[in-house]
Amino acid sequence: MTLKILPKKALPAWLDGLHANYRLVGPRAKQENFVFDVIQNAEDLRLDYNTTILPPKKVLLPQQETILQFDTSKDFHQVEPVFEDTPTVLFGVHTCDMHAINLMDQVFGQGYPDAHYQTRRQHTAIVTLECLNPCTEFCFCKSMETLSVPEGFDLHITDLGNVLAIEIGSGQGLTLLQHAKMVRDAGPKDYQHLQDVMSEKWPRFAYQLDFDITELPSLIALSYKTEVWDSLGDRCLGCGICNVVCPTCNCFDVIDEVDFDLQSGSRYRIWDSCQLDRFCSVAGGHDFRSSRANRLRHRFLHKFKYQPETYKIVGCVGCGRCAQECLVHISPVDVLNELYRRQVPFASIEQEVLV
Amino acid sequence: MKPILAEKMKLLSIYQPSTMLVSRVESVTELEKLITIELPEGGSFQHRPGQFVEVSLLGVGEAPISISSSPSRTTNSFELCVRRVGSVTNAIHALSPGDLIGIRGPFGNGFPMERFRGKDLLFAPGGLGLAPLRSLINEVIDDRGNFGRVVILYGARHPSELLFRDELETWKERDDVELHVTVDRPDEYWKGKVGVITTLFYDIQIHPRNTVAVTCGPPVMYRYVIMELLGKSVPEGNIWLSLERRMKCGVGKCGHCQMGSIYTCLDGPVFSYSQIKHLEEALS
Ligand SMILES: Cc1cc2nc3c(=O)[nH]c(=O)nc-3n(C[C@H](O)[C@H](O)[C@H](O)COP(=O)(O)OP(=O)(O)OC[C@H]3O[C@@H](n4cnc5c(N)ncnc54)[C@H](O)[C@@H]3O)c2cc1C
Ligand code: SF4
Ligand code: SF4
Ligand code: FES
Repeated sequence: MTLKILPKKALPAWLDGLHANYRLVGPRAKQENFVFDVIQNAEDLRLDYNTTILPPKKVLLPQQETILQFDTSKDFHQVEPVFEDTPTVLFGVHTCDMHAINLMDQVFGQGYPDAHYQTRRQHTAIVTLECLNPCTEFCFCKSMETLSVPEGFDLHITDLGNVLAIEIGSGQGLTLLQHAKMVRDAGPKDYQHLQDVMSEKWPRFAYQLDFDITELPSLIALSYKTEVWDSLGDRCLGCGICNVVCPTCNCFDVIDEVDFDLQSGSRYRIWDSCQLDRFCSVAGGHDFRSSRANRLRHRFLHKFKYQPETYKIVGCVGCGRCAQECLVHISPVDVLNELYRRQVPFASIEQEVLV
Repeated sequence: MKPILAEKMKLLSIYQPSTMLVSRVESVTELEKLITIELPEGGSFQHRPGQFVEVSLLGVGEAPISISSSPSRTTNSFELCVRRVGSVTNAIHALSPGDLIGIRGPFGNGFPMERFRGKDLLFAPGGLGLAPLRSLINEVIDDRGNFGRVVILYGARHPSELLFRDELETWKERDDVELHVTVDRPDEYWKGKVGVITTLFYDIQIHPRNTVAVTCGPPVMYRYVIMELLGKSVPEGNIWLSLERRMKCGVGKCGHCQMGSIYTCLDGPVFSYSQIKHLEEALS
């Protein structure tokens, strides 16, 4: 681990340097909340943010993104894909969101690689930030094992009070750091300080799940038919907010838009939500996931079973955003613990039979 | 920030359609048209029966459509049989020869021809389900010696909804193809059988272990067909279906076509009954 130290008072100048050379995106305040947004002035960046309404995925997979531009006015059709390659620094990403970005990289990289996502990703350097306190009452990163930074960051920052400890994750990260002044190598005291901060933070986070995540796949597999889904389906409004705020949800719709000349226009993709009732409907009125209970179950199974099976990464990083925003307070922690509670009697019955 | 165009970057987009020429447009029924599309100069299109393409009408949108012509008869062109149900399919119906159309694909797995060779084949398409199966049936007919019996049980709601009537005639005239057609509601000219597709099963004798059955159609129909086939002891792994799901990308990214963990666009649209019978979302 290569560790550098930057005095906090040198941070604004560094940010200005980054802003001058890159599109700098980071957390800033918006009314009582925080959002990831372009940072024009260093003082707008709020490294003390708790969480953001939308995850930083919006930089890599914008809510609405043009993928093709076309012009049919000539006797041939001109169709051009649109790629966005503005050099960007995504600054201050919490570790859970970095886990989510790694999953998104897999989703868009496997099979047929998606060059629209990948172009953005390749031109985005990521500076992650160690969480020292739980961000909200809803987060459960410790249970999901996303409280530590995964690979994939370019720089990783830990706030040590007067100074920032900066771990270098890539050559690109090193380049970013060249825009900072007063950077020095970490000495033994700094390493010690970092270790202290890290061991002090750990107890501040609670385990929220009543079981270990290694049990998740079997728990979910056994829970396919439980009534838990029905009662959740009765509560759920099918509004899709949970998908919108989730850092790992990647489903999209594709829509064409024509200009006033009716001959040129663009095709864009826009976030879609598996909780909406038309998500799976086909012509003839068939809908293969027509109840809210089934759609909710699909969302949970996708995150807690299918994605771990496919990518070896759990599809929920425990950020708590969905629980915070859901109007009827459906929270993954409550749902999973409820599934677990219901499973226990079955497990013990089985054991009795075995004995 | 200024979006940049691909040309400069030499990047390929999986969402970019190739522009192709529409060379023929024929009405098949009131609701369906058969569109012939020419491949670009030197373009080849090594599809399998059962695969689909994403058809683009720029400014309207995209729709997944099965390739209805068989690879054995597809050299420089291919055919799509399209029912008009909404915006894209209506725009397809408005096309004339000489118009341009966008095509991505072929996508999906297609039928496993190698597992069908040497077997007796029972095709049971319902309604528009004949569009994808026509590709498979003609492929088999053009390689007839490599398959056992060929039985086609075709059901439509009404005589006016029967697809490919000329082709049905040519199949009927062959003595190596057994064709049985039924309609739910006859008109005054209909001389054939009346009843739902499953009634055709009473008339045929099959050798279940050596039979591969292939069905495609609306969910209410294929559920009954599967029950009928299981009742005749056709092994679950020998019953094949082509499923329709909502699809927006065709390449495993948009999430619309998921049934459980399966992506219909990548892992399907062709499945054996044994592959999907445990999936509640596949057969519901
Ligand atoms: C693998 C596959 C093969 C198909 N093969 C054929 C074929 O050979 N011939 C044929 O006529 N049709 C086929 N379809 C169905 C066809 O894709 C839809 O009818 C078409 O997408 C509807 O688009 P639209 O814009 O005309 O309708 P819209 O105006 O979008 O909507 C009309 C109806 O179609 C449904 N729908 C919308 N988008 C889709 C979508 N992407 N996929 C499925 N349903 C949708 C809507 O829920 C609505 O009920 C196939 C579908 C799949 C998945
Ligand atoms: S946010 Fe809550 S109410 Fe809305 S779809 Fe998600 S779980 Fe249902
Ligand atoms: S499911 Fe909820 S808690 Fe999990 S990553 Fe998505 S928004 Fe965060
Ligand atoms: S159609 Fe988009 S994932 Fe299958």
